[in-house]
Amino acid sequence: MTDTRPEAQDVVLRLNNITKRFGALTANDAISMQLHRGEVIALLGENGAGKTTLMNILFGQYTADEGTVELFGAPLPPGNPRAALAAGLGMVHQHFTLADNLTVLENIQLGTVPLWYAGLGRARARAKLARLADDFGLVVDPDAIVATLTVGQRQRVEILKALYRDARILILDEPTAVLTPQESDALFETLRRAVASGLSVVFISHKLHEVMAISSRVLVLRHGRLVGEVATRDTDRHALAALMVGAEITPPKLTPLTPGPALLRLRDVSTRDQGTAPGLKSVTLALRAGQISGLAGVSGNGQSALSDLISGLITPQSGGLELPETPPRWTPRAAVAAGIARIPEDRHKTGTIADFSLTENAILETYAAPPYSKNGLMNWRAAEAHTRHLIDTYDVRCPGPSGPIRQLSGGNMQKLILGRALELSPKIILANQPVRGLDIGAITYVHGRLLAARKAGAAVLLISEDLDEIIGLSDVIHVISEGRLSPEFERGQLTAAELGLWMAGQGFTHAA
Amino acid sequence: MMALFEILLTSSFWVAAVRIASPLIFATMGELICERAGVLNLGIEGIMVIGAFSGWMAVYLGAGLWGGVAVAMMAGMLFGLLHATLTVPFGLSQHVVGLGVTLLAASTSYFAYRLILPEVTSPPKIEPFQPFEIPYLVDIPLFGPAFFAQTALTYAAFGTVALTALILYRTPLGLAIRAAGESPNAVAAQGLSVTGLRMGAVIVGSGLMAVGGAFLTLSAFSSFFFEMVNGRGWICIALVVFGAWKPGKALLGALLFAGFDALQIRLQQTPIGQVVPYQMFLMAPYILSILALILMSRRASVPAALMIPYNKGER
Repeated sequence: MTDTRPEAQDVVLRLNNITKRFGALTANDAISMQLHRGEVIALLGENGAGKTTLMNILFGQYTADEGTVELFGAPLPPGNPRAALAAGLGMVHQHFTLADNLTVLENIQLGTVPLWYAGLGRARARAKLARLADDFGLVVDPDAIVATLTVGQRQRVEILKALYRDARILILDEPTAVLTPQESDALFETLRRAVASGLSVVFISHKLHEVMAISSRVLVLRHGRLVGEVATRDTDRHALAALMVGAEITPPKLTPLTPGPALLRLRDVSTRDQGTAPGLKSVTLALRAGQISGLAGVSGNGQSALSDLISGLITPQSGGLELPETPPRWTPRAAVAAGIARIPEDRHKTGTIADFSLTENAILETYAAPPYSKNGLMNWRAAEAHTRHLIDTYDVRCPGPSGPIRQLSGGNMQKLILGRALELSPKIILANQPVRGLDIGAITYVHGRLLAARKAGAAVLLISEDLDEIIGLSDVIHVISEGRLSPEFERGQLTAAELGLWMAGQGFTHAA
Repeated sequence: MMALFEILLTSSFWVAAVRIASPLIFATMGELICERAGVLNLGIEGIMVIGAFSGWMAVYLGAGLWGGVAVAMMAGMLFGLLHATLTVPFGLSQHVVGLGVTLLAASTSYFAYRLILPEVTSPPKIEPFQPFEIPYLVDIPLFGPAFFAQTALTYAAFGTVALTALILYRTPLGLAIRAAGESPNAVAAQGLSVTGLRMGAVIVGSGLMAVGGAFLTLSAFSSFFFEMVNGRGWICIALVVFGAWKPGKALLGALLFAGFDALQIRLQQTPIGQVVPYQMFLMAPYILSILALILMSRRASVPAALMIPYNKGER
């Protein structure tokens, strides 16, 4: 890396005392920062720390209550995305803003030609795109329909979109959340080229090792405040983590256990494809007592099929699903009866019913049995007592058991779901993305509970797109790609890079 | 069976089919534009009624035929503006608003009719568009008269399809409209106004629907009757699905449906028509359309943001 200490006149972006309030919440509290030409700064912080709010203000999607933004020395009018674009700001959103039914070229051209022009000027656009793709190592077929692209390719399109508009500053919001390690490396390579050609990058993340790898300066946000600004070479992951949460954190410790008997077995199971998401392709898997099995993979590769199968939502098309006592019909109710506890992937859509109270949500799986219902009538007193017990035991911070669950933060909602699942003393725990979108405090808590369940003899299937989480917690690891399951790897058998190759589909035999 | 072949080999059958298709083509293009931008416009049935009425009334009051078309279009756009205002910036249910607009537009037509012509027992006739033959092309055997001996409004209907396809696929505006129906966030992220695009699409689309209605009074018939639109608007909604939201395929669907309709009228007069109740023939185009819809729309790609209101700042 070259020396990145910039001169004062190289400042391309300056935020002065930006404050933004949403009702009683101060999302950004007097934040000031600068970005220089040709540098990558990382904006680090937990969920809800105010990173995305800050960038939305910068991009004109929100208007700041106080403070100003200067771009290339000129003030940026607030609340005007067009002005931000025109001034050379390019944003790659965490949730891509691409239209799936359009081609890559059409998506890139959208908004670049005045609406009343007679033609699109495709030939010129195609040439410019090819030149940019070449300059920045972003290869993608301009005529491909976006719906057919992988997540990594879509991200390339988003970056090309910004570059096509002659962006001088790139803002990337959690860009690696959906990428394989190899795709992340390719992204970093692209960013290095961009910086070398004089662009500046703001890299928003909560993954510490990436921040360490790509940035020259790190700004840490906590509860809407800028709590630290350090040169990357003067710090390390532990110091950053401490800044981020305000306390030292310790990674979970995995004490070796001898795994018990298999509590659930899949033999050569195949399931139907679900729309564009693949079904399982002759998957063989054993979940053993006292063992966490990690399932790594890029999202949309059959994770939901496997999770739906184990939850009883779908049945195998071929192959066998075996439990110590295999029920005659495989349904969600049979799965619950077999001692399978589910932590669903999407806690808002399938994990809870947003407008139901905490109490109603707490007994969603058990409402039909005593003590919560007797003689066909609900016993709300028992249900509420159970909910209070969950709130106390699992540290759910909430106004009370009778308010709607949608008022809870993601972490507290997840704690209630976790409690609901674990209180059934499950034999098997299906944890699908259990910590997605949670902050470090809540992540540590959920992981601790999963480890405790493992110690108590439960078989845990941990599905996650976060490779660090898989590697940190799993006794054995499988990788899923296009519905096919890799062999079982022991803890430490493969490096993250090797797992990444499996995630990208290498190593699988094509027999399926 | 022989009767069927005889019908298919007469050029008057094909002329009728294209004539029946013309109002459907206008209204289907109108609906397609609305839906491509992300708004389901169930006001179509009523907007066709107001188009049929206002166009005819304008001509009756002396506006001239093209003046009538323009008046119909304006009336349609006015109701389109109402629909768009309620569904786009206010984000109300597109089903409820659409049905409301249909009821309002149809009732307004009937009310205005009675208000303007209180004493009349049978509606006055106007002099409608006359067919004109395009030299040489009209001499093509069988299909010549069908496509080249029609009224100016029918030619305009085909022109509308070409124009719609051109705008949707070849211009920046069309690109933005398609994106607004698929991923409004992508449109907003480019600093374009989703609200403006959607409202514009609904207003222009409604104008086309009204022209489709006006075809009935200014070209097909020469007078305005109650219930004359008779469900054509609903058929157009199905035709958009049948056409997989593509102008060319939707045109094909309109011609197919109109062909069935022209066929059943003629079959009623054959010996089979003496045996089978005529209601069966009336049903036939709808049943065949439903079957075609089932076959064609299995893999149709709905605009992903169709019927989803866009609220800035929500994710």
